Amino acid sequence: MSLHTLPVWQLRQKLRQGEVSPREATQALLDRIAAVDGKVKGYLWLNADDALAQADAARNGGALAGVPIAIKDVINVEGQPCTCASKILQGYIAPYDATVIRKLREAGAILLGRTNMDEFAMGSSTEHSCWGITCNPWDLTRIPGGSSGGSAAVVAADEAFAALGSDTGGSIRQPAALCGCVGLKPTYGRVSRYGLVAFASSLDQIGPLTKDVRDAALLLGVIAGHDPLDSTSVPREVPDYLAGLERGIKGLRIGLPKEYFIPGMDKEVEAVVRAAIRHLESLGTEVVDISLPHTDYAVAVYYLVATAEASANLARFDGIRYGLRVRGEDVIDTYAKTRGAGFGPEVKRRIILGTYALSAGYYDAYYLRAQKVRTLIRQDFEKAFAVCDVIVTPTTPEVAFRVGEKTSDPLKMYLSDIFTISANLAGNCGVSVPCGFAQKLPVGLQILGKPFDEETVLRVAYAYEQTTAWHKERPVL
Amino acid sequence: MSQEKPQFDISYVAHLARLELTEAERQQFSAQLQNVLAYVAKLNELDVSNVEPTAHAVPLTNVLRKDELRPSIERARILANAPEAARDLFITPKIVE
Repeated sequence: MSLHTLPVWQLRQKLRQGEVSPREATQALLDRIAAVDGKVKGYLWLNADDALAQADAARNGGALAGVPIAIKDVINVEGQPCTCASKILQGYIAPYDATVIRKLREAGAILLGRTNMDEFAMGSSTEHSCWGITCNPWDLTRIPGGSSGGSAAVVAADEAFAALGSDTGGSIRQPAALCGCVGLKPTYGRVSRYGLVAFASSLDQIGPLTKDVRDAALLLGVIAGHDPLDSTSVPREVPDYLAGLERGIKGLRIGLPKEYFIPGMDKEVEAVVRAAIRHLESLGTEVVDISLPHTDYAVAVYYLVATAEASANLARFDGIRYGLRVRGEDVIDTYAKTRGAGFGPEVKRRIILGTYALSAGYYDAYYLRAQKVRTLIRQDFEKAFAVCDVIVTPTTPEVAFRVGEKTSDPLKMYLSDIFTISANLAGNCGVSVPCGFAQKLPVGLQILGKPFDEETVLRVAYAYEQTTAWHKERPVL
Repeated sequence: MSQEKPQFDISYVAHLARLELTEAERQQFSAQLQNVLAYVAKLNELDVSNVEPTAHAVPLTNVLRKDELRPSIERARILANAPEAARDLFITPKIVE
């Protein structure tokens, strides 16, 4: 078995035993990247010398000692570019480490490089990157999902042992599903966002994209926890996620929401997901029919709440303190020209929509109403979790679509997040694990959990994975 | 959101957002956002008169920290990213005449 195909925990065994050195592991990955990234185009930035220097400095001790990790281009790594795949941040060099990066460094990880994404994490296909598309490793004519499409693609293509992404409406789980890897969105408040460039502050969460569930548990254990620098992070102890994996799932109640099996969904995807649910049942779980009655409103709520928050968050890109500046007649004109030249079309659309939803005369009708329906969606989950331990659904209604298929119709693109958005609105945790193939493309099984119950979600995911072989399938590149 | 076809003046909203758009962008975004607004109008189907809004999924309020001195990021590193800087300051366009 080649080194670059290993999951993190297996690589760690080899590093610990001295079978391989951090430099060898890093070099193996660099070779793999040189061989296939010309096709996948998952990385935006990589410095081989810097990665090897970090490898040589790695000491054998921490949970991730000597393990190179890829980082979505929205999380600050000191001394590396952080562009959010936007022209407005071209040339920006992060002056500090995000808290998750500090924790990765303390665990001994090597910060390998920056992965592609939709501009400012706004999109479901990574086609909205100003630096060009990333291709799905299973079919290069298709999108890898988004917005963490680069992170998912490099993990699936064995160009990274693991990666970090961010999930605002499904941006970790959806690309993980479409690329055939594991993607975990932690509970809102579980992981510090200090140093994550903000998109929608009440929804954003950082999480891992990995080759298997054990790695997801391992990485979550490293990055989770309270951070005084992020006042939305919750002061709560971090459990030992690895220790919890093997406790078994007999007797657990699996909730099946009828609203997630919709007429418009791909029949093959539905069949694959239903087979996965039967498999979970065969492992001794009890399947319970549940209802999340406000599911159909989630996309509408999301595109008001997320765009409203984004329009405020992105006000900071004004050409004064960092990034692009295009001079205008006066300061207001400078702002407008800078932002007009620096942002891509999807970001502009969302800023306009969010500004409108917050503007005088429309605030109550759009933003406030959306926040109220958000309460109904949250209550749906609270009621459902009273009768089940986890909720299982398809991660997406269809497999990876073709490049260009949905770019002309934003609404169509927005609806591809239909199954992942609710968890962000409610603040729950969730994971997507590979559960088979439809049209020869990966399908993801989504397992949603109660707030701060990543342990159970990971335990179910692990039990499923350990009794199936889907996570071992690899694309031919 | 009560009217059948929501109308909005994209030039006005773009001005509020301090975002310069080309004529082609104005036309394209207008049409696309009309579709999105028509879609989100489905929220009117629900009676939310007795529902409290959710701004935030975690019930944390008034998080305070001790007001203590700690080192901040090195000034030179911050200014290195500025479009224009001099003498430890950001150079901005003229704001007052």
